[in-house]
Amino acid sequence: MAYEKVLLARIGKENSRAIDGYVRDGGYRAWEKVLREKPEPASISETVKKSGLRGRGGAGFPTGVKWTFIPTDTKGKPIYLVLNADESEPGTFKDRLLIERDPHLVLEGMMISAYAIGCRRAYIYIRGEFWDGARILTDAIREAYGKGYLGENVKGSGVELDIVVHRGAGAYICGEETALLESLEGKRGQPRVKPPFPAVSGAFACPTIVNNVETIACVPLIMNRGAEWFAGIGRNEKNTGPKLYCLSGHVNRPGVYEAPMGLPLKDLIFGDEYGRGMRGNRNVKAVIPGGASAPMLTAAEIEDCPLDFDGVAAKGSMLGSAAIVVMNEDTCIVRAARNLAKFFAHESCGQCTPCREGCPWLLKVLTRIEAGQGRPEDVELLLPMARQMNNGMTLCVFADAAVGHVVSTVPKFREEYDYHVAHKRCLVGAREEVVA
Amino acid sequence: MKKLRYSSRECGAPFSFTPEESRAIDSLLGKYATKQAALLPVLWIVQDRMGWIPREAVEAVADLLGLSTAFVDGVLTFYTMYNLEPIGRYDLQFCTSISCHLNGADDLLAHCERKLGIHAGETTPDRKFTITEVECIAGCDRAPSMQVNDRYHEPMTPEKLDALLADLAKEA
Repeated sequence: MAYEKVLLARIGKENSRAIDGYVRDGGYRAWEKVLREKPEPASISETVKKSGLRGRGGAGFPTGVKWTFIPTDTKGKPIYLVLNADESEPGTFKDRLLIERDPHLVLEGMMISAYAIGCRRAYIYIRGEFWDGARILTDAIREAYGKGYLGENVKGSGVELDIVVHRGAGAYICGEETALLESLEGKRGQPRVKPPFPAVSGAFACPTIVNNVETIACVPLIMNRGAEWFAGIGRNEKNTGPKLYCLSGHVNRPGVYEAPMGLPLKDLIFGDEYGRGMRGNRNVKAVIPGGASAPMLTAAEIEDCPLDFDGVAAKGSMLGSAAIVVMNEDTCIVRAARNLAKFFAHESCGQCTPCREGCPWLLKVLTRIEAGQGRPEDVELLLPMARQMNNGMTLCVFADAAVGHVVSTVPKFREEYDYHVAHKRCLVGAREEVVA
Repeated sequence: MKKLRYSSRECGAPFSFTPEESRAIDSLLGKYATKQAALLPVLWIVQDRMGWIPREAVEAVADLLGLSTAFVDGVLTFYTMYNLEPIGRYDLQFCTSISCHLNGADDLLAHCERKLGIHAGETTPDRKFTITEVECIAGCDRAPSMQVNDRYHEPMTPEKLDALLADLAKEA
């Protein structure tokens, strides 16, 4: 049976972002039901828990469980919901699609989630580069107010909810939830010491839940179709639901594809409904399965790799934001690693010494090797450098992410590094010369 | 790598908010539990009008929100999108992160640099174009992706870029 798209069901429709079309397609029905029946908020968290929904931003933490970390007695403090729309992980572009094409699905998800945790003011933290996204969400919020889905007494239910769009200004680290909260509070986006976790002390020192865009977009679907339906999609009970995969790199048809959680990686790359294989029929050399932070997999490792949290983890990498970047046999791995190192050196927030110093050092050494100026000891230097960065001596997981490419490519593609140092040029180019 | 800068330039003229901007700021202040939280949106208001954040505006913003200028500088220089000096009318932002890198972004950027005779981070003498190298802007399936000011142009090719630059150069 063909898989029925639910997250992307409305994406191709004309003017899919307007509220009228959303309502016509059954949108806001879940929110209206909540307003009408006023269920116990904890029952919604329970439903989300039962669905097995795990955070789609990268960490894969169970969403319903996260919500229950809000203290039952907040001692008069307000509770905040913050939508993490800071999508910045290289290779990731699914949230941009949802925001630009189906903003009301995202808003309805926020409304129900806000009700579930007892939030009366929610924020959308959207990265500064998403100019259109911020405009579209602002318009959608205005429309939602116009139709009475937001406000001081929504549809006469006594429920109060306001949603505020807050734009970032260019900083990858603000996707980390505590850095995001610092940025929301008007500070440099530098991660906080944890604990306390945001559910206890988040925005403005109040209990706060931060959820990813795709995660939130799943909530109305779960409310409409039930937790069992959601839990019935996917590879197993720990990896459930529909999932958006971002496919890019050297494939014939890059794009955002929706499939059940656990889609085999090779199907995504080669399937007719998905990537339709490699451009120019080249062979796969390496795949990043979860964005720039995820360790690379070799062509052999993708043979039997379900794209879900546990499936990719079993291969020694991570699903992350489900950003699958495919590299063909003509790719110089050293050059790709140098590109990733450039990203992390640019984006380190500078707070913790191993990361602030380590990221530029990695870039320096990789640049040297790639340019054919590598010293004999350079390749041996990379792994010890990485171990000084990912040994738990930093406040957040940025440093772990920043060495993901090093810890995977140095052992897996060692000959390319050694060739660069020994011959002062690239193995990939050299192979072509031999063939020519 | 990020150029280290600790504050923005002076524009040489006093800065004050227009009545319309002040109204927008008042409404912003009602949306947050602290005044400080309005800092990023207020800096955006400055940049929307000026195209950058001059020193004089930093002082006005600090005064308005009850913050020190050093604190505002710290925030301002942390984020890459706030301009610390005037830039060209068209900010050509090239993504060179991994998916765009694999699809020719480095060559595209080099092509633009040659064409305009400036490097990334620089502005043409006629103040028309600035070239900026940016990290992933979520256009990976349409790589190489770029933005000109607040609009995406993707996928980009050297030929399409030549045509775009010619179009933009014609505009007064």
